[in-house]
Amino acid sequence: MSPIGTLHYLVVAAALFILGVIGVLTRRNVVIVLMSIELILNAVNLNLVAFSRIWGLHGQIFAIFVITDAAAEAAVGLGILIAFFRNKETVNIDEVDLMKW
Amino acid sequence: MSGNLAQNFGRVDYLMALPVILLTLFALGILLLDLMLPAQWKRVNAFTALGGILFSASGIVKIQLALNAAGLPGESAFLNSIVVDRFTIYFWYLFLAGAAISILMSMRYLEIEHENHGEFYSLLLFSVVGMMCMAAGFDVVLIFIGLELMAISTYVLVGFLRTDRRSNEAALKYLLLGAFSSGIFAYGLSLFYGLTGSTSLLGIRSGLVRLAASHPDHVDPVAVIALLTVATGLFFKIAAIPFHQWLPDAYEGAPTSVTGFMSVAVKAAAWAMLLRIFIWGLYPLRTVYVPLLIFVSILTMTGANLAALTQSNLKRLLAYSSIAHVGYMLLGLVALASVTYPAPAFFDGFKGILLYLLVYTFMNLGAFGVIASLRQRNVIGDEMDDIAGLYFRAPTEAVLMLIFLLSLAGIPPLAGFYGKYFIFLSLIESGHYVLASLAVLYAVFGLYYYMRIANQMFMREALDKTLLPISAGMRLALGVTAFATVYIGIFPEQFIRIVNWSLGIAQTASVATLVR
Repeated sequence: MSPIGTLHYLVVAAALFILGVIGVLTRRNVVIVLMSIELILNAVNLNLVAFSRIWGLHGQIFAIFVITDAAAEAAVGLGILIAFFRNKETVNIDEVDLMKW
Repeated sequence: MSGNLAQNFGRVDYLMALPVILLTLFALGILLLDLMLPAQWKRVNAFTALGGILFSASGIVKIQLALNAAGLPGESAFLNSIVVDRFTIYFWYLFLAGAAISILMSMRYLEIEHENHGEFYSLLLFSVVGMMCMAAGFDVVLIFIGLELMAISTYVLVGFLRTDRRSNEAALKYLLLGAFSSGIFAYGLSLFYGLTGSTSLLGIRSGLVRLAASHPDHVDPVAVIALLTVATGLFFKIAAIPFHQWLPDAYEGAPTSVTGFMSVAVKAAAWAMLLRIFIWGLYPLRTVYVPLLIFVSILTMTGANLAALTQSNLKRLLAYSSIAHVGYMLLGLVALASVTYPAPAFFDGFKGILLYLLVYTFMNLGAFGVIASLRQRNVIGDEMDDIAGLYFRAPTEAVLMLIFLLSLAGIPPLAGFYGKYFIFLSLIESGHYVLASLAVLYAVFGLYYYMRIANQMFMREALDKTLLPISAGMRLALGVTAFATVYIGIFPEQFIRIVNWSLGIAQTASVATLVR
């Protein structure tokens, strides 16, 4: 068996990214959609840290910013979701249907 | 990279960031001030925000004076992560103008909605800070952070009417799709970092050139995946079809003054970012992205113009019209990226996009201002029926709205014509005759649905015959936007000269050094 190299990390990151995209497109619960978005951002982080093994520290610094951004997005997302839930008592995306076309 | 921070960052760095720093301080100041203000004094927040914009603008003037004194076309700062060149300065003024007019339109609107909190103005300024970072950013880390600062502030602004279901729903949709697209965008950026070993746009560019030189017969497949993901993220942000679904909902549900702000400043910032990345960073990949842009722009113009024909909600109609305008602007990008650098089509396409964004700021904000003024105590005021007979209720507003609509349609003596003119010119210069004729055809479609609104305003009886009260702030905002729309239309030369200046044509070669 070959030792674990950069490529292995990239494959895991790509898998995470695809899982996240599928999750966003198919899941109906807003909370799970938000979690899928976090998966995508974690795929980005994994990519950046794996690449920074080759290229130096820039990637890790970018990853720290992406983590911060993910936290901010989750905070605002859950806040908006709570405001929505107060008015409509649901977290199902199919029922977010006041406006169409 | 060695040494302490004080050695690395000098006065020049902070001078270049001065407008951004000032605006941040004012945004924080509003948050603090809001705590101390009694309920009937909330207007002070709006004036503080306007003051912040004024200070920020004077910061830009200071930078310009310093650059002129040194005879430089631009200056980079903070280890090349921001570049303040004329392109940046042009967009900074544009964002500040859009934000200032939106604040004027918001004051009374928020009082009617009983949501007159200081956070609104603070978030608005924070989103402008994000935009400034996007336009000035020369490092994808800063561009990404600016994008997110702008986007997260805007999500909250869209959902600002907490008790209104449409506003909640709009914010939720905008947030989910916005965060999703940011994730895809960031994934593409991480791939470019892996390919080229740099997060700076120039580093990415030279890395791509190196990559192309190492195997000249084909394009690296990873570079294509990276380009596709980055382009998807960017198309989401400018709302090009097929990535536009969030936009009509977000525009319809948001408070109308925020809709106006989103349609001009947020869109201009997304364009600034797109131009920076596509032209400065990914220029070596242009043989790959030009067909993509052609496909997306045709889809955008077709879809948006057809969808706009059947809308009965005014905000939704203008939302689809704004998607259609993005289609025209994408054509400018097609023209400028499909020729080699010093060709005339390159400059005319670039000029077209920048001028389009300038005139669009005024005419679209004006149109949304008129719709915002339809909001009364018991009337939501965004359906076609609400604008019926506007001429008999508020004649001045109706005439101004007609000016904005004609300008949006691109009728010659008004500003909207010149944006389209340069884009069509650049298309012909670069040999895209089919695209040019298609764009002209769709412009006729546009005239039809804009005139539907005009028909409602002038030809129909008003359902509610009372006179429409217009606040002083709104009068000022409508006056400024209408004046600009007419003035740019009648005297376009000086504005074309400003745009030329921002591209560095005829004077020095700021674009030439950066673009080559």
